[in-house]
Amino acid sequence: MKKTDVIIIGAGPVGLFAVHQLGIKGLKAVVIDNLNKAGGQCIELYPDKPIYDIPAVPECTGEQLTSRLLEQIKPFKTEIFLNERVDEVYQEKENWVVKTNNKKEFIAPNIMIAGGVGSFEPRKISLKEAEKLEGKSVFYSVKNKENFKNKKIAIFGGGDSALDWALELSKFSKITLIHRRNEFRGAQHTLSELKKLKKEGKVLIKTPCQIESLDNTKELKSITIKFDDGKIEKIQTDVILGFFGLIMKLGPIAKWGLNMYKKTIEVNPENFETNKKGIFAAGDICSYPGKLRLILSGFHEVALASVECFKRARPNEKYRFEFTTSSKTIKDRLGKK
Amino acid sequence: MPKITYKDYQGTSKTIEVESGLSVMEGAIQKEIPGIDADCGGSMACATCHVYVNDKWIDKIPKAEEAEIDMIDMAFEPKKNSRLSCQIIVNEELDGLEVMTPAKQT
Repeated sequence: MKKTDVIIIGAGPVGLFAVHQLGIKGLKAVVIDNLNKAGGQCIELYPDKPIYDIPAVPECTGEQLTSRLLEQIKPFKTEIFLNERVDEVYQEKENWVVKTNNKKEFIAPNIMIAGGVGSFEPRKISLKEAEKLEGKSVFYSVKNKENFKNKKIAIFGGGDSALDWALELSKFSKITLIHRRNEFRGAQHTLSELKKLKKEGKVLIKTPCQIESLDNTKELKSITIKFDDGKIEKIQTDVILGFFGLIMKLGPIAKWGLNMYKKTIEVNPENFETNKKGIFAAGDICSYPGKLRLILSGFHEVALASVECFKRARPNEKYRFEFTTSSKTIKDRLGKK
Repeated sequence: MPKITYKDYQGTSKTIEVESGLSVMEGAIQKEIPGIDADCGGSMACATCHVYVNDKWIDKIPKAEEAEIDMIDMAFEPKKNSRLSCQIIVNEELDGLEVMTPAKQT
């Protein structure tokens, strides 16, 4: 079990800035995130979209904001645990214990939930048979492409992931690419490559259509798709790969005994503490009168919450408010002379 | 004030007044109409305010931008008349607009 001062749940901009605000106060933190990279919604939903309302930064993309925040917190050498979803939270005397889906354990007097709107999970095919075959012949990501060799694969989706995998897997498998409309969205070279493979007959393209049924529940043999004009077609298929994007699910957070309002956690706007002492919430996931879902609001929220975290983590020390411009202690912590 | 009707997938409908200038999504959230989640808060970054626009109305609403259409790909069971309700801004001309909410958003 890893011991620290604050366990931050969520590596989005607010979770990352929390590391900074805690770090300049001399507190140690760990960050846990369900995604495979830091950045949260900024990196997953709009890495290339410009943001215009970060103070003193007239324009930056989600990706730039993330990399600048990572740069800003570098001096604190904080460990970020990715691909880990926090499943369990329970109290142990004055501390909180956090367990992840991969059985990693952390203990700290404080938890900072900066979980956005919950964890990202792939959107799935809503047919019952698809649910039964998930992990056997229905997949929403490719972990090891060896498992997709010499198969008849139906790929669903019209974005980058669907296109990239259609191209890659067509090298050794029979691909049918199925999308609900005629347009695909991808990098120019990907689109032209797809056109080429279509011409050569290496990738079959079916649009505009959607999945109607899976035709065998024990072992997948074929699927039925339905075109917009009502036409039905059966396609020989061993494996389905669905790339319908990610959805955000509140997930286990709802079960931790926190006061919730709709899908958000109620906090005291003085210190962003929840109804549980030592558990804080900041960013999109918290709610209080007048809450705005802005990145800058999240920055403010973690700044205030970090003061309360300090008091709980260092009960015998007095908290002193300091400016980064003038405090020698802070400059030391930042590694500046 | 324009009246907007939200019909759920089972046919139950609710009609509310939505101030001009607000989106169909914001109107629904303010009056706690079920069936519209709006996880991202209207930044066109999720597809959980997805609605089907009544055929009579679909051409009276400004067409969806490319980014909205891309995002609708990520919605639950998109159809030809699918829109993101955060992108439909209410005005007097949309008085009487009817949208259907899908069986679920996620």
